Amino acid sequence: MIKAIDGGIRLIGNQVVNGVWRFGSATRFMGHVVSQTMLGFRRPRLLLDQVFFSGVLSLIIIIISGLFVGLVLGLQGYETLKRYGSAEALGTLVALALVRELGPVVSALLFASRAGSAMTAKLGLMKSNEQLSAMEMMAVDPFARVIAPMFWGGFLAMPLLAAIFSAMGIFGGYLIGVVILGVDTGAFWSQMQASVDLRYDVVNGVIKSVVFGAAVTAIALFEGYDSPPTAEGVSHAVTRTVVTSALAVLALDFVLTSFMFTGF
Amino acid sequence: MSRTAVDLWVGIFVTGGQIALLVLALKVGNASSVSETDGYRIVAEFDNIGGLKVRAPVKSAGVVVGRVERVQFDNKKFVGRVTLLIDKHYEFPKDTIGSILTAGLLGEQYVGLDGGGDDQMLKDGEIMKMTQSAVVLEKVIGQFLYNKASEGNTQK
Repeated sequence: MIKAIDGGIRLIGNQVVNGVWRFGSATRFMGHVVSQTMLGFRRPRLLLDQVFFSGVLSLIIIIISGLFVGLVLGLQGYETLKRYGSAEALGTLVALALVRELGPVVSALLFASRAGSAMTAKLGLMKSNEQLSAMEMMAVDPFARVIAPMFWGGFLAMPLLAAIFSAMGIFGGYLIGVVILGVDTGAFWSQMQASVDLRYDVVNGVIKSVVFGAAVTAIALFEGYDSPPTAEGVSHAVTRTVVTSALAVLALDFVLTSFMFTGF
Repeated sequence: MSRTAVDLWVGIFVTGGQIALLVLALKVGNASSVSETDGYRIVAEFDNIGGLKVRAPVKSAGVVVGRVERVQFDNKKFVGRVTLLIDKHYEFPKDTIGSILTAGLLGEQYVGLDGGGDDQMLKDGEIMKMTQSAVVLEKVIGQFLYNKASEGNTQK
């Protein structure tokens, strides 16, 4: 009995210590990545390749899911707003929901599962193939050559992806609301413009997407770099990337929202 | 994929993202309306501001002419001090009446300005003399009940 309790406490303690340990080394890892930034900006080709890798390749999924999220928002919003005789407020509902929350959050989740997992797998495989060690042998710093450009590529791509997501969503809401369900075009846009504020809503949404982009890329890179150099290790690392970054995005979203939208 | 194709795609992606940001800023947000710097401030003191919030619109004849910039409590006069940021294109006479109104039955509260006939115009930082407080539903109902009760007494 006592042995079982003892074992349980040991297990919990071990997990906590391990977690803190990993968090510490992740922070040191990110510090190292940021300190090796300059090469990526001196050789824009490296950065450009990473923007292509994490941004352009995620473009299709972002556009299509943004469109469908907007379509669903339009349908559901119309159903509910019609009951109160204010279907014209559909534009407000769709735009605020997308710009403030859904745009940054859903595109960050998609980004984590599309680009983040790919980054982890790439780094993990490079590590297990000893490509990273080979680079070090040739006196090429893998942080400067591979990891830092990956980080900044994801960092730059994410806000743009979120903006595209929101714009496509609003277009989807417009398609359903105005073209199919017959909400007045003028009312749709003017109510939207009257209630969406540039600094309060749009800029805060962009800030959110920047933070999410940094968090997701940092998690993906650390998990890839830290993964055990085996097939199983890489697969676990990819899973952990998607799970951890989804949790991190949602938790960060709560923190940021409570700072930004305080009800004033 | 060759190098130039990557360049092209990144270019398309970045341009698309910037267009999306621009659409969000101009078409969805109200970047084109009153900006923070292009305007002047006037102060209005209300006995009761009701549910007026910062950034609520200021309207005259139904047209948005500014925004509520700040809501404070004056601890000497016990009134609500509301700072209004008015677009510099619009000027209002000194005897303008400011009132807190509600858009629709359950809508947002806003400040309505009714222009007077004074020759002199309100300048930056000046205090609006005449104001009308927000209608508080409980007070209206209370007054209604009170009137009803006194009516009943006189009839007897």
